[in-house]
Amino acid sequence: MCLAIPGKIKSIALQDNGNVKMAKVSFGGIIKEVSLEMLPDADIGDYVLVHVGIAISKVDEEEAQKTFEYLKEIGEIVELEDAEGDVQEKEE
Amino acid sequence: MKYLNEYRDPELAKQYLEEIKKTVTQPWSIMEVCGGQTHSLVKNGIIDMLPKEVTMIHGPGCPVCVTPLNLIDKAIHLALNENVILCSFGDMLRVPGSKINLLEAKAKGGDIRVLYSPLEAVKIAADNPNREVVFFAVGFETTAPANALSVIHAHRRKLNNYSILASHVLVPPAIKAVIDDEESKIDGFLAAGHVCTIMGNSEYYPIAKKHEVPIVVTGFEPLDVLQGILMVIRQLEANKSIVENQYSRIVREDGNTAAQKIIFEVFEISNQMWRGIGEIPESGYAIKEKYIAFDASRKFDISIEEAPEHPECISGQIMKGIKKPFECPQFGKKCKPSFPLGAPMVSSEGACAAYYHFSGLIET
Amino acid sequence: MSDSKKIRMQLQCPMPKLDFDVITLGHGSGGTLTNKLLDSGVFDLLSNDILDERHDGAFIEMNGKLAFSSDSFLVSPIFFPGGNIGELAVNGTVNDVAVCGATPKYLSLSFILEEGLKMTEFWEILVTIKYACEKANVIVVTGDTKVVEKGKGDKIFINTTGIGNIHHKAKISEKNIKIGDKIVVSGNIATHGMAIMSVREGLEFDSTIESDTTNLNHTIVSLIEEFGEDIHLLTDPTRGGVATVLKEIALSSNIGIDIFQKDLPIEEQVASACELLGLDPLYVANEGLFLSFVESTIADEFLESLQKDENGKNAKIIGTVVETHPKQVIMESTIGGKRVVSMLPGEQLPRIC
Repeated sequence: MCLAIPGKIKSIALQDNGNVKMAKVSFGGIIKEVSLEMLPDADIGDYVLVHVGIAISKVDEEEAQKTFEYLKEIGEIVELEDAEGDVQEKEE
Repeated sequence: MKYLNEYRDPELAKQYLEEIKKTVTQPWSIMEVCGGQTHSLVKNGIIDMLPKEVTMIHGPGCPVCVTPLNLIDKAIHLALNENVILCSFGDMLRVPGSKINLLEAKAKGGDIRVLYSPLEAVKIAADNPNREVVFFAVGFETTAPANALSVIHAHRRKLNNYSILASHVLVPPAIKAVIDDEESKIDGFLAAGHVCTIMGNSEYYPIAKKHEVPIVVTGFEPLDVLQGILMVIRQLEANKSIVENQYSRIVREDGNTAAQKIIFEVFEISNQMWRGIGEIPESGYAIKEKYIAFDASRKFDISIEEAPEHPECISGQIMKGIKKPFECPQFGKKCKPSFPLGAPMVSSEGACAAYYHFSGLIET
Repeated sequence: MSDSKKIRMQLQCPMPKLDFDVITLGHGSGGTLTNKLLDSGVFDLLSNDILDERHDGAFIEMNGKLAFSSDSFLVSPIFFPGGNIGELAVNGTVNDVAVCGATPKYLSLSFILEEGLKMTEFWEILVTIKYACEKANVIVVTGDTKVVEKGKGDKIFINTTGIGNIHHKAKISEKNIKIGDKIVVSGNIATHGMAIMSVREGLEFDSTIESDTTNLNHTIVSLIEEFGEDIHLLTDPTRGGVATVLKEIALSSNIGIDIFQKDLPIEEQVASACELLGLDPLYVANEGLFLSFVESTIADEFLESLQKDENGKNAKIIGTVVETHPKQVIMESTIGGKRVVSMLPGEQLPRIC
C-alpha cells in the first residue's frame, strides 16, 4: 500500500469548524484536496507526499539532490581510498 | 511532475546499473519487502537489467495479497446481506474470497464503491444517515493512519453508521519472520520507504544488528530502487550490516510523529493472520476498546470461518523467498492472475503475479 | 467541444416548447406520446429525405464493397468535459467504419431512455448528435426509441450502426500486417478515459482535461488516398486502451510487437492524473485516436502527413512489428528495461498499492 505522489501546496483552508486543516495540492497541474492533519506545519509552496488523500511528509529539497550526486560521491571516496592506499604503499 | 520524473532519468539509471555491475563480486540475494517496490522493478524492466549475481526476491509486502480470506468473505457478506454500503480501495476488488470476489458481489447487487481515500467513506456515511457504511481498511503502516483518521473523524462527527473492517499488517515482524525461517537465504533488504515515512527507521536497527543484514530504506522510482540495491551491495561487499536511508528526501529518522499518534489513538498492536504464511505474533493492529463502535467485525455479527488455502498453493514459501514462483508446479497452469489459487498471484504486486507478467506467459 | 461552441449550437437549435419535461414510460410505447416526443423535434432536428419517409426501415442504395459497424454507448456521466454521450455515439461508429478503410455515409440511431430523464438533457444530446453528424458528413436514416422503468437504465443508452463504401485504394486487414511494419498513434493517449475519471474522482485541474472525442473519417480517408495499400491495418483503441488493442492484434495475428514508452505521446495533466490514481495510461480508454500499422518504407512520410492534419498534430511512431516473441507485446521502459504488456483480466481500477 505504497502509492504516494509528491505535489505542491497551493492554498490552505480550515474545515469542519476549524478542526480539519485541508490543502489544495497541485500534482503536475491536477489539483486535489488533501488533509494536512498529519503535517500541521506544512505551508503554501511546500512540496508534500500524499497517500490516499493525506499528506504524510514534506519533501526535503536538499536531500532530494543526493540521489543525483551519490555516484560522484562514492567515486570520490574510492579515489580517496586508492590514493591513501598508494601513499601507504609508498611509505612502506 | 516535480520530485517524481527526475528519478526516472535513463542516463543516471544506466550509470547506477554500471556501478552495480562493477561492485558485485559474488552472488547476493536481496529482498525488496514492499509490493510497490516489486511493481517498480517489474514495470521498469529492472530485474532483467541487473547483473546475474544479483537475485531479487519479492517479499510478503503486499497487504492486498495477505488479507485473510475470511475477511474478504466478511466484506462480501456485509455488502450482500446487511444492506451495507461497502467502500474499498480499488486494489481489493478482484481478490478472490473463498467463493467470489467483491467485483462479482457488486454484479450481484452489492453496493460496493471504490474510493480514493477512507475520508470519502466518512462523507458517504454523513450523507446517508439511514445506511450503514463500512470501509474495507486494508494496508501497511502507511495506510493505517488514514484509516485511523477516518474513525477519528466519524467519532468527532458523532456518526453511528460508520465502521471499518480492518486488516493491517506490519513490516518489521514480517522481515523477522522471513529471516527466522531457516530455509530462507536472504543477504540484504530493501525496506519499504512509505512505511518508514510514517514509522521512522528505529525498528530496523535491532534487526540489522542481530541478524547481520544490511537494510536500506528506499523510494519507488527507478533511481530510488537502483540506488538502494547499490547501497545494499556495497555493504555486503564490505561485510557491513547497518541501516541506511536512501529515501532521505521523504523519510525522517523518527518518521511522522503526528501520524503515529493518530495510529495509536485508534489501534493497538495485535497478532495478525497473514494469508499464505499463517499467524505472525504482534504483526497487526486491532481497534482499541474506545472505538469498538467503529469496528465492523464486532459491530456486525459475521462469524465466518477462515477458509483453508488451496492445497496446491505454496505461497508461504514464495513470500519468504524460499521458492521462486516458477518453481511452483501450478504456476501458469492452474494458477494465473485471472484464476489465482493463492495470495501472491492475486494482485499485480504479488510475487507470482509479477513473475507471471514479467515472464510473458501467453494468455489464452 | 468547447463551452462556447455548445452554447452557439443550443442557440441555433432551441428546444421546442413542450408540455412535458421528463421522459415517461409512455414515450416509448409507440402511441401518441411517442409521436409527441419524436415530432417535438427529433425528426426535424435530424431531418433528411430518407429519414423523413418515416418508414419502419430506411430505403438506401449502395454499390460495391461496404463496411458495416455497430456499437453501443453507455458512458457515465453522460455529460463530461469535452462532450456528451451523443457525440461519442456518432463519432464512435463513424470511426469504426473509417478504420475499415471506408467512408461512413448512413447511421442508424437507437435510444434506450430511462424514465425520468430530463427533456433538457435529451435535447442537448440530440443537438450534439445533429452537429456531430454534420461534421462527419453522415446522416441518420433510421432509428428507434424505447423507455425503461426508472432504475433499469443509466439515464440513456445509445446504439448506432454505420455503413459506408470501402475506399478503392484501401487494403485494410490483419492478414496484411508484415514484420517490420511501424505502428503509429495519431495523438495523445488516455485523454478521454481520464476526462471521464476526473469527473468520477472529483479531480480539479488547472485547465480541464477534455475528452478528445471527434470524427476521424476525413483524416483517415485522406491518408488512404495518399498511401493506399501501404496502410496495412487501422484500429481505434477505445475501451482497454492502446495496450489491449495491441495485445489482441498480437494474439490473433501471431506477431510480436515492440513498443517504446518514451515515444508514447501523453498530455502532462493526463499523465499526472494517471499517477495520482495509480492508473497505467496504456490501459485507459481513448476516443479521438487511431493506430495505424504501415509499411516501414513509408512510415516517416505517413507520420509527416498525419501530423499536418488537425487530428494528428501529436502523432508519433510508437513501435514495430517483430518476428521475435510472437503473440507478445513488449514495452521498453523509459530507463531501457523491458516488460511484457499483458491483457488485464477486467477494467483497470485505481490502486493505492
